[in-house]
Amino acid sequence: MSQPALKEALKLTADVLVIGGGPAGTWAALTAAAKGVKVILADKGYCGSSGATAPSGTGVWYVKPEEELREAAKASRYAMGGKLAEHRWMDRVLDRTYENMNRLGVSGYPFPVDEEGNPYRRGLQGPEYMRLMRKLVKKAGVKILDHSPVLELLADEHGVAGAAGVQTQNGEAWSVHAGAVVIATGGCAFLSKALGCNVLTGDGYLFAAEAGASLSGMEFSNAYAICPTFSSVTKTAYYSYASFYYEDGSVVEGAGSKKGRSVIARNLLAGRQVFAKLDGADEALQPLLRVAQTNFFLPFDRRGINPFKDLFPVTLRLEGTVRGTGGIRITDEQCGTGVPGLYAAGDAATRELICGGFTGGGSHNAAWAMSSGSFAGEGAAAYAAGLGRHSQHRAPVGLSSSPLVHQEVKAGEAARTAEYVEAVQAEVKPYDINLFRTEQGLASSLERLDGLWKEQRSREIQRTPEGVKAREAEAMTATARWMYSSALARTETRGMHKREDFKGSDDSQHHRLISGGLDQVWVKTEEVAKESVLL
Amino acid sequence: MIELVSQDRCIGCRLCVKVCPTNVFAMEGKLAVIARQEDCQTCFMCEAYCPVDALYVAPQADKSANPDEQELIESGRLGSWRKEIGWNPGAEDTMAERDTTPFFEVFTEAYRGKQQEIGK
Ligand SMILES: Cc1cc2nc3c(=O)[nH]c(=O)nc-3n(C[C@H](O)[C@H](O)[C@H](O)COP(=O)(O)OP(=O)(O)OC[C@H]3O[C@@H](n4cnc5c(N)ncnc54)[C@H](O)[C@@H]3O)c2cc1C
Ligand code: SF4
Ligand code: SF4
Repeated sequence: MSQPALKEALKLTADVLVIGGGPAGTWAALTAAAKGVKVILADKGYCGSSGATAPSGTGVWYVKPEEELREAAKASRYAMGGKLAEHRWMDRVLDRTYENMNRLGVSGYPFPVDEEGNPYRRGLQGPEYMRLMRKLVKKAGVKILDHSPVLELLADEHGVAGAAGVQTQNGEAWSVHAGAVVIATGGCAFLSKALGCNVLTGDGYLFAAEAGASLSGMEFSNAYAICPTFSSVTKTAYYSYASFYYEDGSVVEGAGSKKGRSVIARNLLAGRQVFAKLDGADEALQPLLRVAQTNFFLPFDRRGINPFKDLFPVTLRLEGTVRGTGGIRITDEQCGTGVPGLYAAGDAATRELICGGFTGGGSHNAAWAMSSGSFAGEGAAAYAAGLGRHSQHRAPVGLSSSPLVHQEVKAGEAARTAEYVEAVQAEVKPYDINLFRTEQGLASSLERLDGLWKEQRSREIQRTPEGVKAREAEAMTATARWMYSSALARTETRGMHKREDFKGSDDSQHHRLISGGLDQVWVKTEEVAKESVLL
Repeated sequence: MIELVSQDRCIGCRLCVKVCPTNVFAMEGKLAVIARQEDCQTCFMCEAYCPVDALYVAPQADKSANPDEQELIESGRLGSWRKEIGWNPGAEDTMAERDTTPFFEVFTEAYRGKQQEIGK
């Protein structure tokens, strides 16, 4: 158990605490506040610029409520996702996304208009969207704590009752006692520098597991994005116009942005650099592409590369669960986690409910973030309101698996944290472990990861910015263990999970894989709701 | 990575210190400085917010590129991202009003064929 926050530190109370201020967290905060409860939102970075949405444009699963369109939208990823999505959830998310996008229009988001003057509501520009969300959240009376990463959840015998962390800009510890908590900390991209993703280290997965919640679909966690080798800009849509070449100008047969990513990976693994050129877009089309997706071109323009004409080296950068679909298991319609008082939304939660095991990027994730955020916000507000007077007399304790302390920890801890991070990255980044999965590769990696967890779990972690990094290293280690344990258990290929030793999909494994546990990781199966089979 | 805080341009408004998600900047006296460059995730958000275009994020995520301020000014790179987004004073419209990337369709052959036609 960890030492409580110090007396002089920032101590607050609220009905609902939202952890994470990306789209999921801000929608959760807005929706909870609209129910008339007191809400605090804490972000590791800055609510408005932090997370995977803020730096770039996102497509949104915005589909008019017309039966034919909706059916087509639902069918679009159903098979690719290994038939693990559920009808009822897709309907709810499509409805709520439609509603929320229209609300954004009313709240002042400057949607483009088409030739007939109708607003075009199928995408959002991150900087604009998240700046507006911050404004709306503040207007709703929510208190925002920026640069205030959570280090651990607080709980008593009735359930989760708040969280504690540190303010990274002044070094002070903080804690919030709350009736309910929404985890909206995003996914885990393992500090790979994918665009906007270095704040996303799986912290929420670890917090949830420490509170006794479980995860779902962690085998669907190996999203890799094509991007220029030098760049952080993992915008992949336009690579559908690309051809891929070797240095001598000969074509890389079979390489492509969708199915052909593995061809690129195999070449990179063999030490053969692959180059790309967007020569599938003719000259008349190029200016049209430039109008949209501007930050796709930013790195090229700054280096004087013309991506339509010049070859540039590419790599596959790990985005982990951010554009994967695994996350905290959802147990009810309010995005509850099964632990009293604890809710999850956005990339922190599983997105299998709407896209199964195939990437949630490109529209589904954004829709899920805003709708699950709303569901969780409503659920948390109702739960907290239901606690009544009872909530005033709680004395919750911290749940961190490593002791969190106030006193100085030993010298050299920062260097050790960096070593742990590198060690985890060495397990999750390599294509021959994480992309091309085999029993042997996964099992031996898991052994090393289990060892890494053991080494870290009894470390004393100080409530300082350095301590935040230590907790991130733990969260990434835990995430990798749930990932590979689930991947090992799924002895077939389904969605983005590809087993080299089981290349086909197996009807008898048409189920979810639930995982959890800290010192002992476990995996078990769960039925997919029956009605999903109807599609 | 973040490579430059222009000492000539910075007005000490602290916005970059506030908005940087990974807490890269600090104030030194009245000016912002790059205090933890190794934590930079090359997300370009600080550039978008700086009101006087004093910041430059090089597109290289890993290597330090050491650009020359005068060259950046002459080539129009200093402040170019804020301008793209349309957050510069006097911008005619914002990127949000322009961007109609059809993300669902961009992946399909049929759609690309159609776009090539429109392009012509
Ligand atoms: C380059 C790129 C392009 C994408 N394009 C699309 C697209 O076109 N369409 C689509 O649907 N999806 C897309 N996605 C996915 C989409 O961005 C995410 O699904 C979405 O951002 C999820 O929202 P979120 O609120 O759950 O998480 P995020 O937006 O990632 O926000 C999480 C927040 O939690 C905070 N946080 C993390 N840990 C802690 C902690 N310990 N304490 C406090 N706060 C914490 C972070 O600082 C961050 O602000 C894309 C992703 C990437 C990387
Ligand atoms: S945002 Fe720009 S002007 Fe403001 S402190 Fe930072 S560098 Fe200086
Ligand atoms: S590019 Fe992003 S991470 Fe780097 S300094 Fe600017 S805001 Fe911070």
